[in-house]
Amino acid sequence: MSAPLDVPGGATEAQPEAVLSGAGVAIQGRSLTRIAWLRLRRDRWALAGGVIVVLLILIAIFAPLVVGLLGHPPNEFHPDQIDPDLATPIHPLGGITGDFLLGVEPLNGRDLFSRVVYGARISLLIAFLATLLSVLIGTVLGVVAGYYGRWVDTLISRTMDLFLAFPLLVFALALAGVVPDKAFGLNGDALRIALLIFIIGFFNWPYIGRIVRGQTLSLREREFVDAARSLGARTPYILFRELLPNLAAPILVYATLLIPTNILFEAALSFLGVGVRPPTPTWGGMLSEATTYYRVDPTFMMVPGVAIFVTVLAFNILGDGLRDALDPRAR
Amino acid sequence: MLAKTVKVEHTMRRRRTTIAVAGAAALTVSLTACGGGSSSGDGGASGGAAKFDAAVTGVVNSSDAKGGTLRYANEGEWDSTDPGDTYYGYSWNFARYYTRTLVTYKSAPGAEGATLVPDLATSLGKSSDGGKTWTYTLKDGLKFEDGSPITSGDIRYAVERQLDKTTFPHGPTYFNDFLADVPEGYSVYKDKKDLDSIETPDDKTIVFHLNQAFSGFDYFAALPSTVPVPKDKDTGSKYKSSVVSSGPYKFADYQSGKSFKLVRNDQWDAATDEVRPALPDNIDVTLNVNKDDIDQRLLSGDLDVSVTQLGIGAAAKAQVLADPEQKKNADSAPLNRTWFTSINSEVAPFDNIDCRKAVIYAADRTGYQTAFGGSIGGGDVATSLLPPTIPGQQKIDLYPVSSPTGDEAKAKEALTACGKPDGFETSYSYRVERPAEKAAAESMQQSLAKVGIKLTLKPYPQSDYFSLYAGKPSFAKKEGLGLMANGWGADWADGYGFLSQLVDSRVIRETGGASNLSVRDPEVDKLIDLAVNEQDTAKREQEWADIDKKVMEGAWVYPGVWAKVLLYRPKTLTNVFVSSSYDGYDYSALGVAKS
Repeated sequence: MSAPLDVPGGATEAQPEAVLSGAGVAIQGRSLTRIAWLRLRRDRWALAGGVIVVLLILIAIFAPLVVGLLGHPPNEFHPDQIDPDLATPIHPLGGITGDFLLGVEPLNGRDLFSRVVYGARISLLIAFLATLLSVLIGTVLGVVAGYYGRWVDTLISRTMDLFLAFPLLVFALALAGVVPDKAFGLNGDALRIALLIFIIGFFNWPYIGRIVRGQTLSLREREFVDAARSLGARTPYILFRELLPNLAAPILVYATLLIPTNILFEAALSFLGVGVRPPTPTWGGMLSEATTYYRVDPTFMMVPGVAIFVTVLAFNILGDGLRDALDPRAR
Repeated sequence: MLAKTVKVEHTMRRRRTTIAVAGAAALTVSLTACGGGSSSGDGGASGGAAKFDAAVTGVVNSSDAKGGTLRYANEGEWDSTDPGDTYYGYSWNFARYYTRTLVTYKSAPGAEGATLVPDLATSLGKSSDGGKTWTYTLKDGLKFEDGSPITSGDIRYAVERQLDKTTFPHGPTYFNDFLADVPEGYSVYKDKKDLDSIETPDDKTIVFHLNQAFSGFDYFAALPSTVPVPKDKDTGSKYKSSVVSSGPYKFADYQSGKSFKLVRNDQWDAATDEVRPALPDNIDVTLNVNKDDIDQRLLSGDLDVSVTQLGIGAAAKAQVLADPEQKKNADSAPLNRTWFTSINSEVAPFDNIDCRKAVIYAADRTGYQTAFGGSIGGGDVATSLLPPTIPGQQKIDLYPVSSPTGDEAKAKEALTACGKPDGFETSYSYRVERPAEKAAAESMQQSLAKVGIKLTLKPYPQSDYFSLYAGKPSFAKKEGLGLMANGWGADWADGYGFLSQLVDSRVIRETGGASNLSVRDPEVDKLIDLAVNEQDTAKREQEWADIDKKVMEGAWVYPGVWAKVLLYRPKTLTNVFVSSSYDGYDYSALGVAKS
């Protein structure tokens, strides 16, 4: 990318006079998506965030392959890497060697690289699916509330208030504490992951619900909605074919910003010990274990800490970039 | 006995447990001191030089120089300084500064420290009525700090008042459980009348009547519950800030939540006391000090003792072990505690003894030890439940293994004998708040997987671990908890104190709450009844050792580790040794070198 205003298609500038006189390049119509993409491409930070996000997703998907190439099985003990008296890694910097790229866990010598990579799977899976759930519930209820108004709006809005006032963390702790071994045809980690997705997703929808409701409130008074209505369009058509496409931008932006929040929330729950069961690695769980060793082996805390930090930061800049790109008032 | 014992063990567990949790969390860790090396009482005694582990078996910096100020710090606070309301080992140890009991533990290093000697009484208890009645006679010349004489009536009142667990919730309940005819909800403050089961025929004699024969009553008489309390000075729950001293020191400046001081009690007569040398002039205690701060001040000599004796934290430990100069001031002190795994015969296939044996053979013993902190300050690999600190303990190794990381061949053999040559699946429960138990669970998971035994780890909150989860037989069975992390420390170093609540199948109740999670052997129960009634000490110790062996023969537990704690003694400290009765340095013996 050479200049900030370098737009593909040859012409950098539309030349109306030249067009009128029959010369120059024809003015091209640009869709909203295209405009957004062009803007996004010029935002280096957002692009970097996007690249990191894509990389993280690829690493998570191909975790067994990555670990097979560069690490050891995530739950394998390596007592030979540990000082038996101090329980800390024998090599400096938390046991970083050519064989153990990010060092080893104190006490049992598990490969931190492998555990962080496998931890990404759980973190991203939970964050994505929980966000999806929030977006689904939030969008549907937000559109309905905004479009119908009156008592429907009151009911849904008060429900949102109720959810927002809910002591979510306490509830999550209690619920995850009493979850049985088998339920809904799932068991073990699958059940706990499903439960985390439900807890995080189901209680975060009002944030997106409120935004969607607000947007819908202003959109439903617009001319194109009136036009559709006067042409005899039914309500579902107006809701999902006329309003929803116009809501796509804010939803996309807030979903991207919700993902890092959910990653942090999942880490917090794992940190508090209500996430998946050991020895399955999660970032929050690793951080929680590292607190015992923070003075003697700070690397152990750094590794999952940096992983969470980078991921959350990447999603946040990408989300910010998307908002700038999609919001016409931003520039 | 049974209906009541559960209550006993509850409190019993609470005391040592709290200490051990923090100990494990702080991740303390040693060189195998082979436990029995105390042999020669000569014990590096007299002027013993500082050396790693020296205070475990002998006296370090032996001295009788008086004077100076001994400085203590506590990361938290006492449960209570009222002798009738406290249940921490360190608190019982520290209470010897300002209180005296009928009998107490000998102030000596090594195994000798577990011996009972008379304190206020002229001799150990005299039993009659087949062990149901116990009589003590007081020494002459005993006085409270205000100069008034200590009478048997003061001890009777003290024992009676602490029975009221609403006013004094912390203390042990041995007297509630064993005294004859204690009315339901008895309280000296409400009922205003004495118990018939404690008699004081004269000012020097006190007689206890029990509801059952009990050969170890002297251990009860050593509890702070028998510290005399003058009735007219008793202020109920407020007494803790104005305890009337019967020992060599008295409270001088008590600031709740911050600090207190002890100064010499001039009414204490050294001639009546064979236990306490009372070396320092003053004792200063600071409360609520950050744990890392305590460690650093200990290492720099700014502080003499960390009163809770939880051992130094991971950071300080790394520092101490790396420096030979500092390491020689450290002790890996053995505790009356075992960290083990209960094997639940109610969950198939553990109803088959060979499947239970397979677990013991396959377990990675080093891994389990590392989980609890390694050989230095963590503990020694255990081969039976009874730790070596308990008098009469015998080394039993019924399951020798080819490698300390587990014996796959023998485990496979046992599995075949059990009819599960390819292994099986089961669950392992542990307390979620305890990183050491989690690490041990993961180690078990790894080592058992090698012979095909697949473990699902199941953490439960420690507050209800015994009452609702692992300790509730119906729950454990339903959840398939075949293996359960467990830990136990005794209130005093003898077979009864350690094993009675741990291996008697009759303490297991459907409603939960017992700390015996797995030992269900009628033979063991019979042996316990014999031992409890045995009056002869040597025979009794042999019987407890036999019980220990019987439990291992049944493969009801994987014994894990005999716990230790890494303690640090600054150079300023004199007369230092580890007491096998108090799980730490004997405070009453300590002195301070003037700098």
